[in-house]
Amino acid sequence: MGIRFILLVNKQGQTRLAQYYEYLTLEERRALEGEIVRKCLARTDQQCSFVEHRNYKIVYRRYASLFFLVGVDNDENELAILEFIHLLVETMDRHFGNVCELDIMFHLEKAHFMLEEMVMNGCIVETSKTNILAPIQLMDKAS
Amino acid sequence: MALSGMRGLSVFISDVRNCQNKEQERLRIDKELGNIRTRFKNEKGLTPYEKKKYVWKMLYIYMLGYDVDFGHMEAISLISAPKYPEKQVGYIVTSCLLNENHDFLRVVINAVRNDIIGRNETFQCLALTMVGNIGGKEFAESLAPDVQRLLISSSCRPLVRKKAALCLLRLYRKNPDVVNIDGWSDCMSQLLDERDLGVLTSVMSLFVALVSNNNEAYRNCLPKCVKILERLARNQDIPQEYTYYGIPSPWLQVKTTKALQYFPTVEDPNTRRALFEVLQRILMGTDVVKNVNKNNASHAVLFEALALVMHLDAEKEMMSQCVALLGKFIAVREPNIRYLGLENMTRMLLITDVQDIIKRHQTQILTSLKDPDISIRRRALDLLYGMCDVTNAKDIVEELLQYLSTADFAMREELALKAAILAEKFAPDLSWYVDVILQLIDKAGDFVSDDIWYRVVQFVTNNEDLQPYAAAKAREYLDKPALHETMVKVSAYILGEYSHLLARRPGCRPKEIFAIINEKLPKVSKPTVAILLSTYAKIMMHTQPPYPELQEQIWAIFRKYESYIDVEIQQRAVEYFVLSRKGAALVDVLAEMPKFPERQSALLKKAEDAEVDTADQSAIKLRSQQQTSNALVVTDQQHVNGSILGNQLGLVKMPSQKMEASTHNQGLTKENGAVSKVDPEPTPSADLLGDLLGPLAMEGPPAAPVSGEKNMISALEATPDAAGALALATVGDQSNSVQPIVNIAERFHALCLQDSGVLYEDPYIQIGIKAEWRAHHGHLVLFLGNKNTSPLLSVRALILPPSHLKMELSLVPETIPPRAQVQCLLEVVNLRASRDVAVLDFLYKFGTAVVSVKLQLPAVLNKFLRPISVSAEEFFPQWNSLSGPPLKLQEVVRGVKPMSLLEMANLFASLHLGVIPGLDTNPNNLVSCTGFYSEGTRAMLCLIRVETDPSDRTQLRITIASGDPTLTFELKEFIKEHLVNIPMSTHAPAPAPAPAPAPAAVPLQPQSPITPAGYTDPGVMLAGLL
Repeated sequence: MGIRFILLVNKQGQTRLAQYYEYLTLEERRALEGEIVRKCLARTDQQCSFVEHRNYKIVYRRYASLFFLVGVDNDENELAILEFIHLLVETMDRHFGNVCELDIMFHLEKAHFMLEEMVMNGCIVETSKTNILAPIQLMDKAS
Repeated sequence: MALSGMRGLSVFISDVRNCQNKEQERLRIDKELGNIRTRFKNEKGLTPYEKKKYVWKMLYIYMLGYDVDFGHMEAISLISAPKYPEKQVGYIVTSCLLNENHDFLRVVINAVRNDIIGRNETFQCLALTMVGNIGGKEFAESLAPDVQRLLISSSCRPLVRKKAALCLLRLYRKNPDVVNIDGWSDCMSQLLDERDLGVLTSVMSLFVALVSNNNEAYRNCLPKCVKILERLARNQDIPQEYTYYGIPSPWLQVKTTKALQYFPTVEDPNTRRALFEVLQRILMGTDVVKNVNKNNASHAVLFEALALVMHLDAEKEMMSQCVALLGKFIAVREPNIRYLGLENMTRMLLITDVQDIIKRHQTQILTSLKDPDISIRRRALDLLYGMCDVTNAKDIVEELLQYLSTADFAMREELALKAAILAEKFAPDLSWYVDVILQLIDKAGDFVSDDIWYRVVQFVTNNEDLQPYAAAKAREYLDKPALHETMVKVSAYILGEYSHLLARRPGCRPKEIFAIINEKLPKVSKPTVAILLSTYAKIMMHTQPPYPELQEQIWAIFRKYESYIDVEIQQRAVEYFVLSRKGAALVDVLAEMPKFPERQSALLKKAEDAEVDTADQSAIKLRSQQQTSNALVVTDQQHVNGSILGNQLGLVKMPSQKMEASTHNQGLTKENGAVSKVDPEPTPSADLLGDLLGPLAMEGPPAAPVSGEKNMISALEATPDAAGALALATVGDQSNSVQPIVNIAERFHALCLQDSGVLYEDPYIQIGIKAEWRAHHGHLVLFLGNKNTSPLLSVRALILPPSHLKMELSLVPETIPPRAQVQCLLEVVNLRASRDVAVLDFLYKFGTAVVSVKLQLPAVLNKFLRPISVSAEEFFPQWNSLSGPPLKLQEVVRGVKPMSLLEMANLFASLHLGVIPGLDTNPNNLVSCTGFYSEGTRAMLCLIRVETDPSDRTQLRITIASGDPTLTFELKEFIKEHLVNIPMSTHAPAPAPAPAPAPAAVPLQPQSPITPAGYTDPGVMLAGLL
């Protein structure tokens, strides 16, 4: 399976983007988001980027006020996921230019499009920023 | 910009953002949901743009954690829209809001297929992505050939093919048959020649899934993978776009390296040489650099390469390079690398000859055990646990114990468990083991499960040299001011058995031992009280001739507990009291426990099981070690909550009997997984006392000296073996060579009262059940777990439903792979009331043995009941309107298991008959009200009244009323069954004259006509109406 979910959460614990690759009911999602946000947000910069939770791991990275949390299976390569988060941020940066929380919040659909070009069914599909952004640019041109 | 077209969405998002508190947010969202709902209702007036806007709002609301239970159809309908922007929203939102089991999805299969086989690439991509994310079985069946065609088509562009690869992966997971192995290994091999790295990345994920299932079939692809790795590692022909901080697609490198770990070996010498060159280059060529991203990316590749080298168990030289690297990593400051160093070192432990090298790092690892970061502490703990052996057990365990006092709560349970396991596995001597466990109980008693202290008792009992030492230690601990209850249990047990060995030491005379133990009595829970009573009996036995003063004190306690609320304790008190008046015979009856038969440690067995369980499917078998911790904690909790207390250790020995645990006792031991062989034959019922004492954990059948008690005890009325009454379960069993290791009837009974648990277990398979009941629907999940390392074959499950239930079982696979658990769904619909029970006819083959069992399924009457709480005003008119048979039936039931009203109320509660206190003025009566759900009638009110006679608890009168004569009758019979037949394990029979805890003992009154004045009091009114 690989990636189980990708969550973007701000410092206050509000979800800014959520994409799950396994089905969870709303209650399960709420519980899960609550638990991992509590676990991860309390950590300091000197601690490692991996948190074990239930039977999987969360690889997370903080950018200013925004936390990127990725739930992965135990046999996933942690550092590869950590850099994948950075790739996502760089891609957003290329599109929005100096991406910030508000960009993601108010351009919910674009954030979704990007994620969809990068991850599918819990696996990485594409890592070339040009390819990831191509459909979005096409759409921007069309409208 | 696309968004400028959706101003409404932006406004809404910023409104929500500006909300001051959660309440405001909820109001704003409710308002919006109301708005969307109305707009969707008259859909005709909606433009595609508006639809799109609302659907995005829904997704936003859903993301914030609010339920959006409407509008799914609108989202789905956008999929069929002709224009790209709407279609895109339709696809994306559908895959976020719905799951594969959603009925609506069927509606769009055709539209999706048209997009997939159509000419428009962007539509193809959208459709493939959605199917890849949420496609289910039906999609697999209807779309797989089309998706395969796209993947291998030469005219398709990479952007479509990469999505087709992952879409196929999804469909393959839903139905492995969609990929025909024979044809696919060649296709796969060609796909791996792909030059486009995007396609290759996706194809590699598909490949990993295929190869993890059957590496043999894809062996021809192995050289291709090595080629890809070479190309990447040497940076040949890698477009700039796929280079990340100078490293050629680290993700593809990682994935390819992972794929190679699914092949057991690399046989072809050329391929092997090429692969090792690449690995060597990665191992040696990865330097620490300043740029964090580059550093992470290169180390991601390095760690995966390490895993592959370990997997291939390469040449000695390369292995020692790996260990050296890991040794470096666990010493660095950078927390991520240190974490991964520890994790991978744990994996490495499975390769035997590196153990000694790893031991050199012990001090370093112990430092990490105290790191401020819990993730790192966990890894360090796992590594220490894995590297522990006889040579370093003392050091490591003592370190763990020391750390236990300061460890934070989240770690304590795991620490305690691991320390206990290591102490048992590698104890250099037994007194050290006893020391460790006692310290553990002292420092973290909450986390020491009963298994652990039972084990101490077993060791002490079986080793005479150990007995005085253990007794002295136990005595020491009793002096501590605050004592964990587990410590009270274990010390009381040990001192009961062996305190006489200390008699000459100061503070150890029987009187003093008794006094110090008795201090604890008022503060301990019921199971401990039971143990303390046994200890007192033992102390009396050891002081023959008796000290009159001590004897009087103990007798007084026994007499006091004769009327204790818990029947188990009552029974002990009564029996010990009578036994202790037997004089010299007491010495025989209560003699020291004989040695326990050698049994496998429940704890170690659990640890082993947990280790193997997690090993399946994983590329590298080594993961098991690291996962043990979680698995262990989980299994252990189940046990701690178990109700088997004080049963595993007998305290009383019957004279001159061979030491076989009684069946009952053994059955319980089984549940704890301590023994692996069962004798399913029930003890002959002539062995009345044996049966009765079963729950008391006496061992062996009774002998002559106690026959005097027989009369007294037989008055308690022998409980017929629960298995006898409900024996349907094992009809076919006699012919089976494989015997269940749980009491099937008991399990069924327990599951009638609970919603999840084990239904059946034998040495090969465990069948668990988890049920959810909603109105007249039942949703059961059967968990079929193969406990072995070989598969279970010809698995067949048939449901034999009674006529009043509609039952549908999802497909049960014919084979259950080794160590795997399969889940099957069973949907139940209740048509009407009946006590007939559904049966699961289950069959499987293991080796040459064919096992066939018929198991009753706990889809019984009470599962369709929901307690209702009503007031007197609501109750009486109903009760009144249902007058006389057949709607209202009354019966005097005799031969009821004696139980207090409280116990009866609890029983009723677990049967979903809501007891309503205070409705009946007579404290000896129970009134309850419940709703029965069936497809025909939906909810039907049932009213029940039970009148008990405090002077004779074996009889009562029950009156039941409902609007359906069948329901009234069936429910009455059902409740009767439960009143008369209580499973032995939960309640031992109480002595007949057990005084009820209920207040004023009012005998069952014959009905008297009521006076008009009585109408003001609902209770009196009720009495009259009854």
